[in-house]
Amino acid sequence: MTQSAKTVLLDVKEASRSFGGLKALSEVSLHIDTGELIGLIGPNGAGKTTLFNLLTGVYPPSTGSIILNNESIGGMKPYKINHKGAARTFQNIRLFTSMTVLENVKIAFHQHARHSLFTSMLRLPKHFKGEDEITQKAMDILKIFDLDEQSEEVASNLSYGNQRRLEIARALAAGPKLLLLDEPAAGMNPNETRDLMNLIAWIRKEFDLTILLIEHDMSLVMGVCDRIYVLDRGMLIANGTPTEIRSNPKVIEAYLGQEA
Amino acid sequence: MKKLNKNFWVGIIAALAFYGVVQVLLTTGIFTDVTRSMLLLIGVNIMLAVSLNLITGITGQFSIGHAGFMSVGAYTSAILTLDYNVPFVPAIIAGGLLAAVFGVLIGMPTLRLNGDYLAIATLGFGEIIRIIMLNTEYVGGASGLSGIPAKTTWTMLFLFTLITVVVINNFIGSTHGRACIAIRENEIAAEAMGINTTRYKIIAFTIGALFAGMAGGLSAHTFYVITPGSFNFLKSFEIIVMVVLGGLGSTAGSIVGAVFVTLLYTYLREFPEWRMIIYSIVLILMMIFRPSGLLGKTKFSLGKFGKKEAKANDAISENSAP
Amino acid sequence: MEYFIQQLINGISVGSIYALIALGYTMVYGIIKLINFAHGDVFMVGSFIGLYSARYLANAGFPPVVVLILSLVISMTISALLGITVERLAYKPLRKSTRIAALITAIGVSFLLEYTGVLILGPQAQGFPDIMDKKQYTLFGSSIQVESNQVMILLTTIILMIILQYIVRYTKTGKAMRAVSFDVEAARLMGINVDRTISATFAIGSALAAAAGVIFGMTYNSVDPLMGVMPGLKAFVAAVLGGIGSIPGALVGGLLLGTVETEISSLGFSSWRDGVAFAVLILILIFKPSGLFGKNVREKV
Repeated sequence: MTQSAKTVLLDVKEASRSFGGLKALSEVSLHIDTGELIGLIGPNGAGKTTLFNLLTGVYPPSTGSIILNNESIGGMKPYKINHKGAARTFQNIRLFTSMTVLENVKIAFHQHARHSLFTSMLRLPKHFKGEDEITQKAMDILKIFDLDEQSEEVASNLSYGNQRRLEIARALAAGPKLLLLDEPAAGMNPNETRDLMNLIAWIRKEFDLTILLIEHDMSLVMGVCDRIYVLDRGMLIANGTPTEIRSNPKVIEAYLGQEA
Repeated sequence: MKKLNKNFWVGIIAALAFYGVVQVLLTTGIFTDVTRSMLLLIGVNIMLAVSLNLITGITGQFSIGHAGFMSVGAYTSAILTLDYNVPFVPAIIAGGLLAAVFGVLIGMPTLRLNGDYLAIATLGFGEIIRIIMLNTEYVGGASGLSGIPAKTTWTMLFLFTLITVVVINNFIGSTHGRACIAIRENEIAAEAMGINTTRYKIIAFTIGALFAGMAGGLSAHTFYVITPGSFNFLKSFEIIVMVVLGGLGSTAGSIVGAVFVTLLYTYLREFPEWRMIIYSIVLILMMIFRPSGLLGKTKFSLGKFGKKEAKANDAISENSAP
Repeated sequence: MEYFIQQLINGISVGSIYALIALGYTMVYGIIKLINFAHGDVFMVGSFIGLYSARYLANAGFPPVVVLILSLVISMTISALLGITVERLAYKPLRKSTRIAALITAIGVSFLLEYTGVLILGPQAQGFPDIMDKKQYTLFGSSIQVESNQVMILLTTIILMIILQYIVRYTKTGKAMRAVSFDVEAARLMGINVDRTISATFAIGSALAAAAGVIFGMTYNSVDPLMGVMPGLKAFVAAVLGGIGSIPGALVGGLLLGTVETEISSLGFSSWRDGVAFAVLILILIFKPSGLFGKNVREKV
């Protein structure tokens, strides 16, 4: 790997996580350079979401370190990690269901709000300025995802595909450097999936993003990802370009073993 | 934003008009003393319901200890006016502030809990406050404090109620209020989106306690006497009934709920057991048939919390992206 | 030292009552994740049924032991039916709602039972008939005294515990209960009748609370419609202390809380007794929410 000219954005060193006696992740090391689009694949129960949960602070790693942008974030609270520049989506969609589409995105801008609690409670001019700014920025994001016309719709009324897209929009609104997408195409048909992948590739360029993408289906990520990490039973078993991964015997075994 | 502003001023003017009419009716003696004390009680209850709604309806932290905050405010302000001759308004505000301190104290440790564990913990705190009052000779023990000057006038009460409603509603309608709603909707997602959930839960408890404390002070200066028993589990329950009846999460609903419960309370004064039976039946039926409450306008329903069925065949048009 | 042991013995009888009520809380919570606030009021109803049965049976001339056993059985049966009815009418429609909605309903049911009681029976306390003569025994030539009632309480609690353990471990219903509390959906798929299992849980829990009610009446000779509130809350504290969802935990939690309270009272702080129970609750919730015997549950992300 030639990383001499590149900067490492995310560096995970021997991160492990156990639940009781069960080792969900053992000594996983990986790194992502700024601007990369990385795939994380593996059979069911391989520990992909657990790794996401470590990266976003849902729980701390049992051992090992996680460095984001030269700063250790292992064990930091999720909201702090978000402030440090990592935002995520969830495998099982977690929208604020009774809030509108617009409000969902506005939440992600909260951390950048410049009007204080006090100004809001007294409705000082700064409150209105701050709120307008947030609304404007949120609408801009919604436009990109073609959700602007449904901005006043309650989130739970959106179609399934649009809910998934709204989740990505919301994560993007937080202004991350690293975007973590947990099976963004789950439940979509091949056409929708391809469209979504194109959208992801597009926002990556437009927003200078680094993306880590979990996908269950190997063939899906082959087209878009620069590199792919493969997890199996909590361990990293392979790492390389899509072509390398495709012919890696360990990967084939993990997947075939799964199907057998 | 302009629309918001307009609604705001319409509301304020309507409230002031209501105030004026009542003031005239009171000074001309058309409203009797009974009506007057009912109106004062309505105001106090609105403050309690709206402040609890911030904690439970907006932030989703179920609290059964609201009467505890009320108690702190009531005792503090009563002692200040009785023993230290502090003027009325500063005494009420001091009561609110001390209650807010309790809000922080209670908020901090219990925030690691959620759902029904938090509910039980708040109940425990409310009871502990009551038992402390019960055992403190300085505040009169079981017989409480009496002879508190009846300084709560209709004008004072109206002002405090209006301020409570406006400030809490302003909070809810801002990015800070949205952060609280996000916690209610999905705490994990809120945290992942950069909301410091602990901070906002404490803020909700603190603001809620502040206004509940002031309500307590106003109530103490209306009814001459306070005892630890005035702020027990039943009182907390009554405030919950108001909020749930009006619709969790709706300020207007809380106001309607507070008015309704106060009327029920006043007219069924002679039949306390019937009152409690009606409360409970209303609560049970409400939860089963209309969990969003009388005015529950938002989609927030206690009933359906899960996500919608997956509809996988929805068109996704990425090409629309510029 | 003797004084301490004396208080310990006194504590065990209060603790047994807490433990019996706590079992119902813990079993219901284990199975449907609901704090059944109305449980303390089932205890109250059980006590009243015990009172009326005991009065009637004693007047009819039955010997004391028969009166005791029959009153217990009648009270437990009717209360079990009450428990099932409450579950069917109030909780079952909310099976798919949030836990807060169910909790609010439970509080509603609790007040409904209490104030229906006040309406029908009046707010004043009623005396519980003396079923058995109270005797004092002195232990080992020391000054430690044991009352016949305390022996009766301990015996009843132990017998009920053995029956409960048998039901939960060896009967089909008990196995179904454990399965449902572990995973409702999986249990359903395995052909377990979930609704019936939940009803059975309520029935057993309510019967135990009723037994506690009868024992309480015999010990304190006074029952009233609001008597369930404090013991109910305390028993809940006991259940949390022991680890909610755990049957041995409820027993240990109840006995522990009972003895702590009695010791506090005996040291002259009886007016702080209730406060201590709640302080224990909050400390446990903050520092070890899973209790002494419970297991940690974490939301799946």
